[in-house]
Amino acid sequence: MMDYSTLKIIWWLLVGVLLIGFAIMDGHDMGVGTLLPFVGRNDVERRVVINTVGPHWDGNQVWFITGGGAIFAAWPLVYATAFSGFYWAMLVVLWALFFRPVGFDYRSKIHNATWRSTWDWGLFIGGSVPPLIFGVAFGNLLQGVPFQFDAYLVSTYSGNFWQLLNPFALLAGVVSSAMITMQGGAYLAHRTEGVIQERTIKAATGAAWLMVAAFVGAGFWLQSIEGYRITSTIDMNALPDPLSKTVVREAGAWMRNYTQQPLLWLLPGLAVAGALVTSLLLRLRYTLSAFVTSSLALVGVIGTAGASLFPFVMPSSSMPNASLTVWDSASSQLTLSLMFWATVIFMPLIIGYTSWAYSVMRGKVTAAYIRENDHAAY
Amino acid sequence: MISEQLVDLSRLQFAATAMYHFLFVPLTLGMVWLLVIMESVYVMTGKVIWKDMTRFWGKLFGINFALGVTTGITLEFQFGTNWAYYSHYVGDIFGAPLAIEGLMAFFLESTMIGLFFFGWDRLSKTQHLLVTLLMAVGTNLSALWILIANGWMQNPVGAEFSYLTMRMEMTDFWAVVFNPDAQAKFVHTVSAGYVTGAMFVLSISSWYLLKRRDVEFAKRSFRVAAAFGLASVLSVIVLGDESGYTVGEAQQTKMAALEAMWETKPAPAGLTLVASINEAEQKNNWEVEIPWVMGLIGTRSISKEIPGIHDIKAKNRLRIQEGIIAVNALEALRANRDDTVAKQVFERHKADLGFGLLLKKYVNDVNAATPDIIDRAVNDTVPRVTPMFWAFRAMVGLGFAMLVLFGLAFWSTLKMTCMEKPWLLKTALWMLPAPWIACELGWFVAEYGRQPWTIYGVLPTHLSVSTLSVNSLYGSLAGFIGFYTVLLVVEMYLMVKFARMGPGSLGTGRYEHETPLHA
Repeated sequence: MMDYSTLKIIWWLLVGVLLIGFAIMDGHDMGVGTLLPFVGRNDVERRVVINTVGPHWDGNQVWFITGGGAIFAAWPLVYATAFSGFYWAMLVVLWALFFRPVGFDYRSKIHNATWRSTWDWGLFIGGSVPPLIFGVAFGNLLQGVPFQFDAYLVSTYSGNFWQLLNPFALLAGVVSSAMITMQGGAYLAHRTEGVIQERTIKAATGAAWLMVAAFVGAGFWLQSIEGYRITSTIDMNALPDPLSKTVVREAGAWMRNYTQQPLLWLLPGLAVAGALVTSLLLRLRYTLSAFVTSSLALVGVIGTAGASLFPFVMPSSSMPNASLTVWDSASSQLTLSLMFWATVIFMPLIIGYTSWAYSVMRGKVTAAYIRENDHAAY
Repeated sequence: MISEQLVDLSRLQFAATAMYHFLFVPLTLGMVWLLVIMESVYVMTGKVIWKDMTRFWGKLFGINFALGVTTGITLEFQFGTNWAYYSHYVGDIFGAPLAIEGLMAFFLESTMIGLFFFGWDRLSKTQHLLVTLLMAVGTNLSALWILIANGWMQNPVGAEFSYLTMRMEMTDFWAVVFNPDAQAKFVHTVSAGYVTGAMFVLSISSWYLLKRRDVEFAKRSFRVAAAFGLASVLSVIVLGDESGYTVGEAQQTKMAALEAMWETKPAPAGLTLVASINEAEQKNNWEVEIPWVMGLIGTRSISKEIPGIHDIKAKNRLRIQEGIIAVNALEALRANRDDTVAKQVFERHKADLGFGLLLKKYVNDVNAATPDIIDRAVNDTVPRVTPMFWAFRAMVGLGFAMLVLFGLAFWSTLKMTCMEKPWLLKTALWMLPAPWIACELGWFVAEYGRQPWTIYGVLPTHLSVSTLSVNSLYGSLAGFIGFYTVLLVVEMYLMVKFARMGPGSLGTGRYEHETPLHA
């Protein structure tokens, strides 16, 4: 078995990989959902849009579910504290997600304009609300979240839902929404043609520029936000105990990692460059490459947030010493090791059969396809 | 102290959303194998009617699956949102099977279901059959890992408490995986799902046969469902959960409660058929018993005793007293991690820590527990007998009724006489809800029967909740009820609509009632 500190870092990376996998895969479905009512102007156009993700959204959603499960297994205290603390935010995400399975599967089973348009807006909610809330949640993590622990490690959260919607967090929400829309747009542009593709490219390039502006803005803002820093010495191999350290809040603390490791600047660089190149490639109709660069931009954005916070995962604003970090929120060495091997074995298989599924369904989805498969298509 | 109202509402929300989720899961578990069987016949014989059967029943499968996915996410969220302390306390063990379920099973199932619906024209016959098969394997593996997690709640093996991290930690993964409780549960639960799938196809096919429409299609479906259902219902009954009742104290307590067995009976115990339960005086006014049977079923022997409720409670009283010592030592250790005296005391008594924590429902400081409070905690350790006793009997009764139905249905298809027996077809139609009722009752017995624990002997339910406001719970409960009601109405509407349309809904031109989609 690898030593405990290595496993703790590996799991920080793996949670990052799962979040990025979620953003790339489920993210493009959600982006398509966000764009659906705007780039599809009649029923056939909307069915074209929906059927680009029809065979895949279900598998892609498992990135989200597995991500949640992995956080539960690898960082139980984070899972417990974040999900219960962000109670209403999580419920809003959950209820928004309700619209997706039924929206996809039930929409075209009945020939009624009101029925179909209701589910179209349902798919819009299911696609647009979760990324917005996740962005807002990250914006709040960067500011610290008001929770504390007692001696039994029972967590109590002292904020409320409306406090989550502060200006910085909302800006982070814009970054997240824009990047997911760009991602969905790049995918949709690749799988459609004609007027739908035109509208999509317009929307996606707009989203790319919006993402860059909001991301850079948030980056400047971050320098004046009070970050967190551990002031006691940390034994990285110790058993996790979030109450055994001391933490201070200070402005600019989130920039420390970048000062110490200038190579980390590649991450925000990747975010900005990725988005700009995506908008260029989309205009040149290199849609597949645009999907790749958009995905790289997602790696950049999520990587930037993670690198700023490291080693913090969930800082506490009301009891900074109780902040959850990579070192003191992990599960046991055995569980981390076991889960690591499970991931090493299954992740390549998942990527393999997912790629196969995409290659089976490759090609443009057209109005003709929808008419020919009226009974079978979504 | 945690308000009892918060605990009750959290339990109500979990029970409601979990039972709602399980309206869809068993049908998925069972129908997926029926699809594999139908498509295999198509691939082997090349007869297109079998492809149409796969596609039509697949359509209904899809309508059901959508809600299974929708409501499944709720459950994963809910451990964190509403059971935060539980998630922290046992996440090290409980989280792992959930995550592995995602990696090994749910990805596979969900990726393949897309190809199942969209891949008919893009895959070869064999490739498509492989996709259907992988979808079935994924679905059932998914159930396996979820039931490993659930089995651990009943019989928490392979783990140990650490006062440093203030949680349970895994010590033996394979003990968790091969937990006999989990294995028994898996077989019982997936078989119940197979019965549900078979009943669904049998009932709807019977309706077509009664209406004399799409007879060739319906007869074949009826035959597959009858054979598969008979095998499955036998599996539910013979390999039933009862075999798991010998392992672990949780199951012994459940067994005593669901058999209304107040006193330990000399081996081999008799099976109580019906009884008049007197909960206040903790006895049965009268009971009708079949000698020997229960000892045989429960222990697979004629010499092993099954403990009664009074003896279980007497044992638990001692454990609560030991538990008080453990809680005191733990609190001393949490204040000072190097307290060596407290450490020694704790090591000796930590097996009973959970029992000491039971008192926290009534007092913050366990030393303040009066004899009266200890009595209440002792009484808490066995769930109420009446609901357990009757829920179990209703479940078993339905199981045997379905055995008879599937037996007759199978016999009639062998004799090719099912068309001549409208009473059989009508019975099959009217028994459609039976497997769902039995499944829900089964979960009730399993989970209500584990109370007052979330993890038997380790973590009491009332300590497991998130520290939320009661108003938050009212709000979320109202939201779930609203969403779930609308979703159920929509789902039932579509299910009934497509079941009525029958195979004509495929638009192949080969079936009766062929109507355009918008009719």
